[in-house]
Amino acid sequence: MDHAATTDVDPDVIDAMLPYFRHYYGNPSSLHSFGAKAAQDLEDSRLKVAKGINARPEEIIFTSGGTESDNLAIKGIAYKNSRQGKHIITSKIEHPAVLNTCRFLEKKGFEVTYVPVDNSGIVNIEDLKDSIRTDTILISIMHANNEIGTLQPIDEISKIAKTNEVYFHTDAVQTVGKIPIDMEKIDVDLMSLSSHKIHGPKGVGALYIKKGVSIEPILHGGEHERGIRSGTENIAGIIGFAKAFELATSNLENNSKKMLKLRNHLIESVKKRIPESYLNGHQTKCLPNIANLRFSFIEGESIVLMLDMKGIAASTGSACSSKNLKASHVLESIGLQPEVSHGSIRFSLGKDNTLEEVDYVVDSLETIIKKLREMSPIAKM
Amino acid sequence: MYSKKVMDHFTTPRNVGEIEDADGIGEVGNPSCGDMMTIYIKVNDGILEDVKFKTFGCGAAIATSSMITEMAKGKTIEEARKITRDDVANELEGLPAVKMHCSNLAADALNSAIDDYIKKNKD
Ligand SMILES: Cc1ncc(COP(=O)(O)O)c(C=O)c1O
Ligand SMILES: [Zn+2]
Repeated sequence: MDHAATTDVDPDVIDAMLPYFRHYYGNPSSLHSFGAKAAQDLEDSRLKVAKGINARPEEIIFTSGGTESDNLAIKGIAYKNSRQGKHIITSKIEHPAVLNTCRFLEKKGFEVTYVPVDNSGIVNIEDLKDSIRTDTILISIMHANNEIGTLQPIDEISKIAKTNEVYFHTDAVQTVGKIPIDMEKIDVDLMSLSSHKIHGPKGVGALYIKKGVSIEPILHGGEHERGIRSGTENIAGIIGFAKAFELATSNLENNSKKMLKLRNHLIESVKKRIPESYLNGHQTKCLPNIANLRFSFIEGESIVLMLDMKGIAASTGSACSSKNLKASHVLESIGLQPEVSHGSIRFSLGKDNTLEEVDYVVDSLETIIKKLREMSPIAKM
Repeated sequence: MYSKKVMDHFTTPRNVGEIEDADGIGEVGNPSCGDMMTIYIKVNDGILEDVKFKTFGCGAAIATSSMITEMAKGKTIEEARKITRDDVANELEGLPAVKMHCSNLAADALNSAIDDYIKKNKD
């Protein structure tokens, strides 16, 4: 139940990848036939990923994953357009790959506005509009949040970006395979994708760059990926990513419907059976697979540890289990005081989870929460 | 991440609860980490006859509170005073470096319960 962190690699994906370690280890840049085969397969993979989001293959640049895609998009636009302006707008609840890239750019002379969100995690559109300046060059707002699953109104945001002639980047790492994405229908300039959240291998992903949008590379070298991302391509990884992408996008409707049913069942059962439990995020404007639940009077790490002993994987935004001892910036941004955000647990479902598993989670939670509250000096029950 | 001993004290904590007619109560909290702890002591003839705790916190916080109650029980006030966070961590076969701050709390809470007892017995 921790599929937003990462997923197992689909056996079909592994089967697709294996020959690229054993037999087809050619370098796509080589002139001989080994290289030609690799080059051809690389382009086939690009086509598959493009098809999954109704984009053109030349709009897909393979990278080492979501983090690199976010870096490439934001730095790439910033460096390319710094003469037009040095102002960037993002939100307070972005993934660290975006937030820390923006903080880095602040040190390099750029200015960044971090737009707040409401208590369900949706970006405040009026604040966004108000923060646009004549020197704004980029808006980067994630499609769906990885901690609470809230979906952003990216249609509306893209219109604001277009009206003001500002580039729009979105991190769609969590949305692929969960929410249909059609690049003909949404006006996004750059979009980050990652493989390991959709049963593909780790360390590979892509950046969609709309035709006509030009960015500055951040990796310089042998001019791979049309000079935008140098480095000999991770062929096996890309083959696996493309296969996972194909599977995720072609089964999207069934998988999403199933996960949404399980998510809602989880939320309803928990709220019914466990007093003082709440949903963090938005009831309906959300990913079908994430339920971030909050339990008063207790702390998240101890819940996660006890769930783990029952064979259930989940994660927490609790300060005590984080590297910097700070409560989650996302939970703080939706208005939760640290004392209450400590008791928040993220469950993220996968396509293969079952109703029985969800019921087992709820049974386990009921016991665990009761036990921890009996130990808690602040529980008033 | 945690030693077997920590997990043991975390899953089956000793001496959980309150002491109704406690002779001393120590309450400490660390909002930056999210751990809060209350320790109750019952003193007889200068000896900690009973020690109980209630903790809101992570695995390390719960395990250290459980461990310190076990270590302090039966000791004299002077002996109990000498228990340091390192003693508790050692008894637990070590704590991850990032969790050292949580383990401070248990020794602090015990000390503050003893302070409370001494203050009450002055009047
Ligand atoms: C929203 C979001 N963006 C970016 C990333 C980073 O992706 P990757 O692990 O492929 O670098 C993640 C995953 O942790 C994520 O959830
Ligand atoms: Zn702690």
